[in-house]
Amino acid sequence: MGFNATTDGGVMTIAVEGQLVVGNRQELKALIQEALDAGQRKFLVDFSGTGYIDSSGLGALVSISKKIREQGGELRLAELNEDLRSLFELTKLDTLFAIAESRGEALASF
Amino acid sequence: MTAPLKLCVRRSERRAPAGSAVEVTLRVPSEVACIEETVELVARHCFTGHRATTRQRFRLRVALSEALANAIICGNGEDPRKRVLVRAECLPDRILLHVTDEGPGFDPTTRCDKGLPDDLDHPCGRGLFLIENLMDHVRFNVPGNSICMTLRRH
Repeated sequence: MGFNATTDGGVMTIAVEGQLVVGNRQELKALIQEALDAGQRKFLVDFSGTGYIDSSGLGALVSISKKIREQGGELRLAELNEDLRSLFELTKLDTLFAIAESRGEALASF
Repeated sequence: MTAPLKLCVRRSERRAPAGSAVEVTLRVPSEVACIEETVELVARHCFTGHRATTRQRFRLRVALSEALANAIICGNGEDPRKRVLVRAECLPDRILLHVTDEGPGFDPTTRCDKGLPDDLDHPCGRGLFLIENLMDHVRFNVPGNSICMTLRRH
């Protein structure tokens, strides 16, 4: 369970390995905040290796999204499996986030 | 350092018309770091010997994770002296998950509605919303410190 961050072409991609839950959401928030403070503005969160996200994880994404927008940045989400997508639909978060099918599609949308 | 979680598995006293019924109990410390292991342990026992779709496994894992987070954070206030009791009744046709904390409880009828909380970044309310939407049936005991969630197998 962790995060793998890489930056390429001005976009910071964060792969969520395992789960995004109450136990590690602060780590993701800190990672993004640190990058924002360093001037990074384009972010992609890749969920291809993510089993599930709990409500705290969803809340963290909402918080991160607000912070990035306040700094004039952009956030994309990608590679959500069917179950994760249903969580976003259930909580109506699919309307709040820019969600791409694939990492490539998300990178091309910046 | 937290001691390893100990699981108790025994035959359920509940009458099961077909197949065996197993009851799994676990006492969990009031630490969010224990949620993942607890969910893994309980889910493994609930689905052993039964066919389950990935969707059913996902629903159980998310709902149990949410109920544990609520019990540990909202119910027990992360008090290290308190525990959360998890009891899973693994029946042939359904799974019953009971999660009980040692807190004062809450009145679920005082919630404004069963809809999505306006502020998703707020720590309370989101979990229950997901549980109610992912499980087939949800009920609370009278003091409001114990939730029973039902997931049908078929």
